[in-house]
Amino acid sequence: MSKANLLERRSVVSALLAGRKEAIVVGGLGASTYDIAAAGDHDRNFYLWGAMGGAVMIGLGVALAQPKLPVVVITGDGEMLMGIGSLATVGLQKPGNLTIIVLDNEVYGETGGQASHTASTVDLVGVAKASGISDARPLSTMAEIEAFTAPIQDVSSGPRFASIKIDSANLERVLASRDGSFIVTRIRGALGFGPI
Amino acid sequence: MHARNDVHAETAAETTPSWPEDIFSILQRFDVRQVAYVPDAGHSQLIERVLAEPSMRAVPLTTEEEGVALLAGAWAGGQRGVLLMQSSGVGNCVNMLSLTQIFRFPFLTLVTMRGEWGEFNPWQVPMGSSTAGVFELSGIKVLRASHPSEVREVVEAGAGQAYNACTPTAVLLSQRLIGAKVFTK
Repeated sequence: MSKANLLERRSVVSALLAGRKEAIVVGGLGASTYDIAAAGDHDRNFYLWGAMGGAVMIGLGVALAQPKLPVVVITGDGEMLMGIGSLATVGLQKPGNLTIIVLDNEVYGETGGQASHTASTVDLVGVAKASGISDARPLSTMAEIEAFTAPIQDVSSGPRFASIKIDSANLERVLASRDGSFIVTRIRGALGFGPI
Repeated sequence: MHARNDVHAETAAETTPSWPEDIFSILQRFDVRQVAYVPDAGHSQLIERVLAEPSMRAVPLTTEEEGVALLAGAWAGGQRGVLLMQSSGVGNCVNMLSLTQIFRFPFLTLVTMRGEWGEFNPWQVPMGSSTAGVFELSGIKVLRASHPSEVREVVEAGAGQAYNACTPTAVLLSQRLIGAKVFTK
């Protein structure tokens, strides 16, 4: 199943989050959430286990509410495709602090590895650019990924979009919390907001 | 002459009803900062007010479900939001409405109704007929305002229970209130 020379997803996400500082990180349902958990649990991690297609919009809501904090959405190609219109919504709002990263393995890994649209036709970087996200690029080496951690911290130059072609091997799940109330309350607490 | 003046006065009253202004004041009072919407004629006056208000961020959507996710993110980031849509958009939200139960965040949506009062377009009727049922099945409390004089009270109650009690709430603004869209004379 694995293609040669593709990046390994856990190494990619660990490298992206190594210098995260105060960033809030939203993970799309499925493997992206496991990758973020594998990089280390954090009170600013927003794990999703459902709401497919909603990761970018959740990231936008946080980004607009907290314009001085970096907000990073890390999701998969299938989840991104389901919410593809949200790139148009982000392109219109232009939040400087929002970064969207798609881990593109070209398959629906959680459901048996069926091909996604990116395997043959859809160019997500092109979609992002055409939606008004001018800083949109593919990242294809670990050096490029490590260099990308600096712009993530710049809250005035976004929104930015990156697509990373990764190996489609299914890795062992690293289970994050599935309790939505806990996750949101923990993030709010980290930002200084109490319960109602 | 007298009759013509009356006609003009009526027309002016119809084009600028006061209930959208009531809604705007309530949203301001509850410190709503993110206003997500798919454009709708019934909400047009309110949307104009939001676009002109610096303390509110107007977020036009490509589909209504984006708004549910946006408001969940807004809450995590410490802000309140509201979703404005038409009844036909409610069906687009169904799976995303899970977030209201999963995150237990203060969700308020104001829905302009079609397909229930003198409707011309049959395509509006199926979703208009199931709007309240879809919300109830999704665990969202449903309130309704049918007359201009009750909009303030109903929206205030909806905003109060959504923001103070984290009780996800939809306020349906009846087509009777808005008036059926005129396609032909």
